[in-house]
Amino acid sequence: MVVACLTLSGAVGVFGFSFGVGSVAAGASVWQTCALSLFVFTGASQFSAMSVIGAGGSLGSALGGALLLAARNGVYGLAMSRRLDGSLGRRLLAAQLTIDETTAMAVAQPNRREQQIAFWLTGFALLTFWNVGTLIGALTGSAIDPRTFGLDAAFPAGFVAMVWPLLADRRARLAAAIGGMVFLATVSFLPIGVPILLSVVGVLVGVQRPVPPPVGTEVSRP
Amino acid sequence: MSWTLVIVLALGAYAFKVTGLVILGGRTLPAVVERCLALIPAAVVTALIVKDTFTTGQDLALDARAAGIAVAVVAAWRKAPLIVVIVLGAAVTALLRHV
Repeated sequence: MVVACLTLSGAVGVFGFSFGVGSVAAGASVWQTCALSLFVFTGASQFSAMSVIGAGGSLGSALGGALLLAARNGVYGLAMSRRLDGSLGRRLLAAQLTIDETTAMAVAQPNRREQQIAFWLTGFALLTFWNVGTLIGALTGSAIDPRTFGLDAAFPAGFVAMVWPLLADRRARLAAAIGGMVFLATVSFLPIGVPILLSVVGVLVGVQRPVPPPVGTEVSRP
Repeated sequence: MSWTLVIVLALGAYAFKVTGLVILGGRTLPAVVERCLALIPAAVVTALIVKDTFTTGQDLALDARAAGIAVAVVAAWRKAPLIVVIVLGAAVTALLRHV
């Protein structure tokens, strides 16, 4: 668990660095960049906001896309609330640490005690590495052109790593295909940032009930 | 970038986290809502990948980034760790820009 946590932290540090560089390049100050990583602390939303602002999108569309992505942490919170104990203060602190990686590390553990250890350990390690990475990136930011080191490709590459495991599910693949196509179909004529918002229609795939796996007997349809 | 964005995003992101973990707690949402919420990353992150790979502003573009992301997809498919996927995507893009 500790090894997995450290490997993850290293990657998150590098990702934080590219966020710091990119955020300063998109016009944010070093303080704003660091405040985003400390107080927002959910990478995909931060990258999304920065990417929309950097491309010249409006405040509203940058916020809309970023908040849509932040909504999933509410679902992770539901999953974690069944696994964490403690006072209200402790739960309010835990809430800030409830993100993709901490939830994934926690639910992968076999029992409640190890789930709690994994959650807090990963949470504080990521909080540290993400913010230190961001600070170094933000300070380096104005000194280098992110394009020279391909850092503009680091964001989508990180997103690929994040989304890939989800695509094992058929409905997620369909939602992803719809999201990507809606974006492509609308990017050229809608204001920057709005196509990202519209891509959320892909989740409507979830309205349909999951099809139970065939049991081997032929089902007759009316 | 404005402080409004930083502050609203920080409050909004925390509100979602607190709603799930503290306010709703152990309660369950209607199954259809949970299914739709769970699909948000697949739909929106895919759109972000397409945006950061194939567009510049409102124009479609096919450049070094596409090759970098293609390599990242192969790395993710081969189950490479996150850091390898990120570094490969960035390095391939940067290399192609220098040739």
